[in-house]
Amino acid sequence: MTTTLTKPPADPEPGPPKRVRGPKAARAGGQMHAGPIAYIILALFTIGSLFPLVWTAIAASRDNARLAETPPPFVFGSNLFDKLELAWTDANLGEAFFNTTIVAGISAITIVFLSTIAGFAFAKLRFRGRGALMLIVIGTMMVPPQLQVIPLYMMVAELGWTDQLQAVILPSLVSAFGVFFMRQYLLQALPDEIIEAARVDGASSWRVVWHVVFPAARPAMAVLGMLMFVQTWNDFLWPFLVLTQTGNPTVQVAVAGLGRGYTPDQSLIMAGALLGTLPLLIVFAIFGKQIVGGIMQGAVKG
Amino acid sequence: MATRHDTAAPPEKEGGAAPGRPAADAVPPAVAKKRARLSRRWQRDMRWSPYAFVSPFFLLFLAFGLFPLIYTAWASLHTVELTAPTDMEWAGLRNYTRIFDDEFYWNAARNTLTIGIISTVPQLLMALGLAHILNYKLRASTFYRVMMLAPYATSIAAASLVFVLLFGRDYGMINWALNFVGIDNIDWQNEKWASQLAVSSIVIWRWTGYNALIYLAAMQAIPQDLYESAALDGASRWQQFIHVTLPQLRPTILFTVVVSTIGASQLFGEPLLFDANKGASGGSQHQFQTLGLYMYEQGWLNQHLGRASAIAWTMFLILIVIGIVNYVISRRLRASS
Repeated sequence: MTTTLTKPPADPEPGPPKRVRGPKAARAGGQMHAGPIAYIILALFTIGSLFPLVWTAIAASRDNARLAETPPPFVFGSNLFDKLELAWTDANLGEAFFNTTIVAGISAITIVFLSTIAGFAFAKLRFRGRGALMLIVIGTMMVPPQLQVIPLYMMVAELGWTDQLQAVILPSLVSAFGVFFMRQYLLQALPDEIIEAARVDGASSWRVVWHVVFPAARPAMAVLGMLMFVQTWNDFLWPFLVLTQTGNPTVQVAVAGLGRGYTPDQSLIMAGALLGTLPLLIVFAIFGKQIVGGIMQGAVKG
Repeated sequence: MATRHDTAAPPEKEGGAAPGRPAADAVPPAVAKKRARLSRRWQRDMRWSPYAFVSPFFLLFLAFGLFPLIYTAWASLHTVELTAPTDMEWAGLRNYTRIFDDEFYWNAARNTLTIGIISTVPQLLMALGLAHILNYKLRASTFYRVMMLAPYATSIAAASLVFVLLFGRDYGMINWALNFVGIDNIDWQNEKWASQLAVSSIVIWRWTGYNALIYLAAMQAIPQDLYESAALDGASRWQQFIHVTLPQLRPTILFTVVVSTIGASQLFGEPLLFDANKGASGGSQHQFQTLGLYMYEQGWLNQHLGRASAIAWTMFLILIVIGIVNYVISRRLRASS
């Protein structure tokens, strides 16, 4: 029963993707078929995209001596798991994984929640200053983060937050992109009639958000969550400034630290880089289609 | 369908809209009062909840976006040391005048510009071509799209470290491959243009696929009849691309140019890690030190936060100028077509 109760607002879910797919499907008939050259170019780009990643694993499975030979290795050696284990302990990667999961998880969930309610307000509610505020949101996307790190660093130092995760989490919660993304999605995915109906039944705005907006926005929320998780996981500049390699590193800080040893073991560095990338590659392998769809959907109106 | 209303209607608000309606003129005072209170609450809700919904974003932005932005400007007018950030001494425009006489600043500015061009222009052109191909009717089209996005999933740190190895002077794969076409080993880390090219290639690798997807999305939104009428007029595929696709993509192209420009002006991790031993100096001769790196060097390694703030603000001003130029160009283009 509960499922049927929550279903109706979720009705528009299949709607929007269909609408996006609509023109594509309609033109597919007249669309040009790809010739062999197109496939060759695509294959080259695919190899170019994957090769550095695969080679990271190959290099991680070798040792320094083999990497200092010509030709460079093209097939896997036998050291992969030893090196991964060594990188794991050497670079403090266990702690780094734990930290980064917390940082990226909290950031992603918070951004998704805040962006959905703000995006809903911008898409569907009428209020004074809406246009101007939306312009400000778009404008904030243009402000480069490097303009902010100096005062943020002063704040963090003043509060004694260096090497603490909240120093990384809090500034990462501002995501104009998220607000914009959810607004665009809700504009088309959430019919006004459903909100009206809920209003007529006396639902307060919060109830509308909870029972109508969240169910309708679920697919977009999932995509935004993944995008934000990836972004926070890979964030470099700010964590690099406030977290030290020995204190409380994120994965990126720990991996970057690997490259700076005085006797760099190249295969060890590659093992660390591989470990740091692997979780996201797994996410992409599973949800790649959804992420691609999300990026493309965010782009059309962008 | 009825269930939808059930979910939306709050049971505890039964005294609200529906049941009271029939007896509009004969309401007991208590009910009337209650209803008035409810309607007042309703109005307040309608009026203020939009602000409540957008306020968390704006509060966070004020604290971690706008305030730091303005405070950077304030700090740039002071002498501030990293060791005592609260100890600020008024310096007027000294930090700025100093920058203008600083050859390292200009070197970094030039490097940022050239690396920006080397990384952005080929990246967007390739993305455009790639998107065009992805827009064909393809087998396993999703597969290719996901593959193009794999570099985007790779962090700056991981990607840079791998590329350092691939671009190794003595044993790197790229020099090894170049030897086959008769090119001697290139010192990718120490030669100026080679190193800038190598740093740019990291950026190109990470972002081409992403931009291709953005172009692809825009291409799929172009109405098919535009192509049909162009074909009727006898336009070849190439002419269709030039005269239909490109004009339709103009806003998207502009958008990616702006975003890539901002990204290029901020370049930090790639050059920092490309020569890990030289770190923030961006190579032995500062040959690939960007403004981002120079700001870091001044602020954190030399501990002059005031000067670093001035550098940050000049970067912002440059971006604003680029933004205005972009805007003017796009206006011109729109007017001319």
